[in-house]
Amino acid sequence: MKHLRTTLLGAALAAGTALPAFAQETQVIGVSIPAATHGWAGGMNFHAQEAIDRLEEVYPDLDFVLATASDPSKQVNDIEDMLATRNISALVVLPFESEPLTGPVKAVSDSGAWVTVVDRGLAQEGIEDLYVAGDNSGFGRVSGEYMTEALPDGGQIVALRGIPTTIDNERVEGFEQAIEGSGIEIIDMEHGNWNRDDSFTVMQDFLSKHDQIDAVWASDDDMAVGVLAAIEAAGRDDVQFVLGGAGMKEMIARTRDGDPMIPANVTYPPAMIATAIELTAVGLTSSAPVSGTFTIGSVLVTQDNAEDYYFEDSPF
Amino acid sequence: MKLDLHVLGPILALVVLVLVGAAMNSNFLSAANVTNVLSRSAFIGIIAVGMTFVITAGGLDLSVGSMAAFIAGLMIMVMNGLLPTMGPGWPLVGVGVGAALLAGLLAGFLNGFLVTTMRIEAFIVTLGTMGIYRSLVTWLADGGTLSLDFGMRTVIRPIYYNGILGISWPIIVFALVAIAGETIMRRGAFGRHAAAVGSNDQVARYSSVDVNRVRMLTYVFLGLLVGIATIMYVPRLGSASSSTGVLWELEAIAAVIIGGTMLKGGFGRVWGTVIGVLILSLIDNILNLTDGVSPYLNGAIQGVIIILAVILQRERKAEG
Repeated sequence: MKHLRTTLLGAALAAGTALPAFAQETQVIGVSIPAATHGWAGGMNFHAQEAIDRLEEVYPDLDFVLATASDPSKQVNDIEDMLATRNISALVVLPFESEPLTGPVKAVSDSGAWVTVVDRGLAQEGIEDLYVAGDNSGFGRVSGEYMTEALPDGGQIVALRGIPTTIDNERVEGFEQAIEGSGIEIIDMEHGNWNRDDSFTVMQDFLSKHDQIDAVWASDDDMAVGVLAAIEAAGRDDVQFVLGGAGMKEMIARTRDGDPMIPANVTYPPAMIATAIELTAVGLTSSAPVSGTFTIGSVLVTQDNAEDYYFEDSPF
Repeated sequence: MKLDLHVLGPILALVVLVLVGAAMNSNFLSAANVTNVLSRSAFIGIIAVGMTFVITAGGLDLSVGSMAAFIAGLMIMVMNGLLPTMGPGWPLVGVGVGAALLAGLLAGFLNGFLVTTMRIEAFIVTLGTMGIYRSLVTWLADGGTLSLDFGMRTVIRPIYYNGILGISWPIIVFALVAIAGETIMRRGAFGRHAAAVGSNDQVARYSSVDVNRVRMLTYVFLGLLVGIATIMYVPRLGSASSSTGVLWELEAIAAVIIGGTMLKGGFGRVWGTVIGVLILSLIDNILNLTDGVSPYLNGAIQGVIIILAVILQRERKAEG
């Protein structure tokens, strides 16, 4: 919001000094995303801000409004405010939850503005002009395929799940399909809620419960941190490796440096918000067609390509 | 001594849980599992002892979870910041510990000041500070995670994982805090004053109890204990983020109430709080160790057991 005020002020000053030359109309793009309440969202906030700063340089005719919301109802308010007071030409939204946001986003679409939805789809199809989607079942599938490669003779693994959501269900289904018939057995699965402390506790209990665990699918790098600490504290050497996911930079660095416990990672890039903002800007300012669905695939990161996925400045 | 359900309720619930756990899984009573459960109880446990005094004196503190996250972030930043000048070692750990204790004292003092001197409802004050500390830690971490320097992590790690005679430090500290709290509550003038203030502050005032001073001290005491809990927490994973300590305040309050302290104040029982904390961590532990219960239902089972534990001890009161 502060950001918005400074750009508006800048625009007003520019308009005041260069009176007749001010011909082209400034268009406003609203960006509404969840606040940085966990690591991945923190990275997403970082990339959103970075994309906005960059695009404001590139497109002088575009202004951006960035609002971060800590819960779905605050996000609804943000979007209603943008529509009512900022006269936005386009909205880029990463919905906190699908159901409560479908109505307000539809209102934006009905007003004639362009709508880009990121990562989490709306409850009703056909509202958005552009859908930049992460591939959750693909995330699970790539993870599962790596697991079957790394454990060619099969084995007993435990899995940690995220917060109970559609995202988590799709990932787990993709994973289970990929390891089917490979001889790998998931002997236990619990929710670690994408949280380090919760996954530490769950992993400690898994280690008490099972005498032999060949590998862990932590399914997220924050959870992998907790899992690794629990394994280290228990002094167990039966666990061969931990497969996290989402590409946290500390974990990517360990893969790059050849840590045997973290041999790989599967991306689910928070920078997809930047893709969405950029495509929206292109759609508003040029005649290039950008409507449709843009799926960002999950990529397997190993020691060979880890360097390409390491972002020094990102908080995630 | 008269034994009734009011006193026995929480103990009974704990015994039942231990029996259920032992029947469900043979590893439940293993030294490793017992150590795990007790160590992880220590954070909430240490905080809940302080919460017992605040609630006994008729107050409430919703900010402790956020406060713990903020202090953890601060402690990590202080140690990371001084690392180049001081080098990794126990002196630097000492500085970090000092920073955590000081921050806890100040945060507790702030809550106490707003409640006593400014005369604002404790619920509102601590709801406000809860939001403030949660935002501050998110801001400090730039939305991500604050991580302790790796070299320093090796130095500080033993505070959580090591101990004496096979008993880890968090368990020892939790036990000491609980014993001290129980002694003060039972034998100390401060414990009696807190109960008097919580029961009827007008009468307490006429009985020449300095009501504001007692209230203030309960918050400062709690803040200090949050600092101590954080000192146990940081060495475990060496990191803090906006998801640190989420809902700790409710777990601590639940433990206090399960233990027999009255939510409206006037009566507190520190040993009951300890039992309450153990009940809460055992539920989690048992659910992780057993199959057959959908993990989606964990919250529901916790809720049922919390309510049952309270019903068990309230029955007597309802009759009388």
